[in-house]
Amino acid sequence: MGKVVGMEVGIAAAEAVGLCNIDVAAVYPITPQSHIAEHLSDIVHDGRIDAEFITVESEHSSISACAGASATGARAYTATSSQGLMLMHEILPIVSAMRLPVVMGNANRAVSGPLNIWNDHTDIMPQRDSGWIVMHAENGQEVIDMTIQSFKIAEHPDIMLPTVLNMDGFQLTHMIEPLEFPSQDEVNAFLPDRVPFATLHPDNPLSMGCFNMPEIFAETMKAKDAALINSKKTIIKIWNEWGKMFGRSYKPVETYKNKGAETLILTMGSMGETASVAVDELRAAGQSIGLVKIRLWRPFPLDELRAAIKGCETLIVMDRAISFGGAGGPLGTEIKSLMFHDHDRPRIVDFIMGLGGRDVKVEDFIAMVERAAKKKDETYEYYGVRE
Amino acid sequence: MKQKKWPEAWHEVTPGCIVFEPGNASTYKTGSWRAQRPIWDNKKCIKCGICYVFCPEACISETAEGFFAADLDYCKGCGICAHECWPQAIVMVEEEV
Repeated sequence: MGKVVGMEVGIAAAEAVGLCNIDVAAVYPITPQSHIAEHLSDIVHDGRIDAEFITVESEHSSISACAGASATGARAYTATSSQGLMLMHEILPIVSAMRLPVVMGNANRAVSGPLNIWNDHTDIMPQRDSGWIVMHAENGQEVIDMTIQSFKIAEHPDIMLPTVLNMDGFQLTHMIEPLEFPSQDEVNAFLPDRVPFATLHPDNPLSMGCFNMPEIFAETMKAKDAALINSKKTIIKIWNEWGKMFGRSYKPVETYKNKGAETLILTMGSMGETASVAVDELRAAGQSIGLVKIRLWRPFPLDELRAAIKGCETLIVMDRAISFGGAGGPLGTEIKSLMFHDHDRPRIVDFIMGLGGRDVKVEDFIAMVERAAKKKDETYEYYGVRE
Repeated sequence: MKQKKWPEAWHEVTPGCIVFEPGNASTYKTGSWRAQRPIWDNKKCIKCGICYVFCPEACISETAEGFFAADLDYCKGCGICAHECWPQAIVMVEEEV
C-alpha cells in the first residue's frame, strides 16, 4: 500500500478518478463539488491521464455527454451537487434505463430555496427513484475506495447500471484527512478495462433508448427494477474482493457496537462518525446503545438492515432531508414501510435534523437518544428547530 | 394486419432495451392507427409531388404513370398530404370499421 498523505477529500476524489483509466469526464463546477471538477481538469490537462475533459455549459449537458460517451463504450465520470443534480434529474432515469455505467460523485448540499450551499441530503433524495445505484461514503478514505469501486460496480456485466457516490458537502468534501491511495498497479489489478455489452458504432448499427409502446413499457420497467435489485449481490462480491486486496471491508449496512443493543441510531453519510462517538459516551454512561449506517441506499439492503437491527427495541433514524407533506423523512418513512410486516420490528423514531449545514454534534445525538426514550409514538420530529 | 410481436415477458427485454436489428421499424405497420385514408383524384392531380415531399411517414411514392399513392401499411391517416395538395386532388375519407 502507498504512504498516507494529508489531502482534502474533494481533491482526493479527483485523484481517485485519475487512477481509474477514464476516457471522458464531463463536469460542471458547483460548490461544494468545485474542487473535484477543478482538480480533475488539472489532472487531464497536465497530461497525467489520457482522457477527454469536456467543459460543458450545464449539468444537463454533463450527464448527457457522459451518457453519449458511455454508449460508445467509453468510461465516463461526472460529479455534481444540489442544483446541478436537480438539473441532471431529467437524464438520470434515461442513463439507467439504457444501462450505461456512468459513474458520478455527488457532494451533498441543500436544495434551494432559499439558497443554501451547505450539507444535507435533500439533493439526492429526489433522485431516489431514478434507477441508479446510490451509495454514501462516511469519510475521505471511503470516498477514494468507493470511487474506484464504483467503476467496477457500474461496469460489471451482471450489473451495467450507473452509480452515484454521495459525499457530504463541506463536512466531508472540504476536510483534510490522512488518506491512503492504492498504487496505479493495484487499481489496474482491481479494475479491468470496460467490456461494454453494446456500443454505438457506425460499422455495427443498433439503437439505444428506443421508444416503448404501452404493450412493452411495463415489462421494460420491471426488467430495470430487477437489474437494480439483482445488483446487490454483485456489489457485495466486489466489496469483498476489495476487502481482500486492500484490507478495508465494505458492507451495504455497516454496524458499530450493535450486537445486543436495546437502542440503535441509524445514519447515512458522514454523521456516522460523530454518532459513533455519541455511542461510546452513552455506553460509558451505562446505556445499551449501538449504531447502524446505511452505505447502500439503492438497491435498499433490507435483509442486511434486518440482520443489523435484530432484537433492538428502539431504532432512531436520522433523516438529513424532508419529504414535504409526507409522513416523515425519506429514510424514516422508507424503513417504517419496509418493516411494516415484521412482527418483532423495533419502535422507529424519525428525526429530521442537520439541514442546510446545521451541525449535528455528539451532544445532539445524545439529546436525540434521550428524546426518543421519552417519545411514546412513532410520529416524526424536527430536532434542533427553534420553537 | 399481422404485427411483429413484442418480447413476451419482462426477462426477454434486452438490457437497456437495445434494438440490435437496424431498420426494423418497417416491420411495425403503423397503418393500423389510421382513421381516415387519403384518396387521390388523378383528374385534378398535376403531378407536382408536394404530397410526397410532405408525408411525415415517407409512405407516399410515385406510380408508373407519374401520379402518387400512399402505402396503406404505413399511412397513419394524418391528412397532411390532403392539406398541402393545392389543386385539392386528395380527400380524406373515413375508414370503414
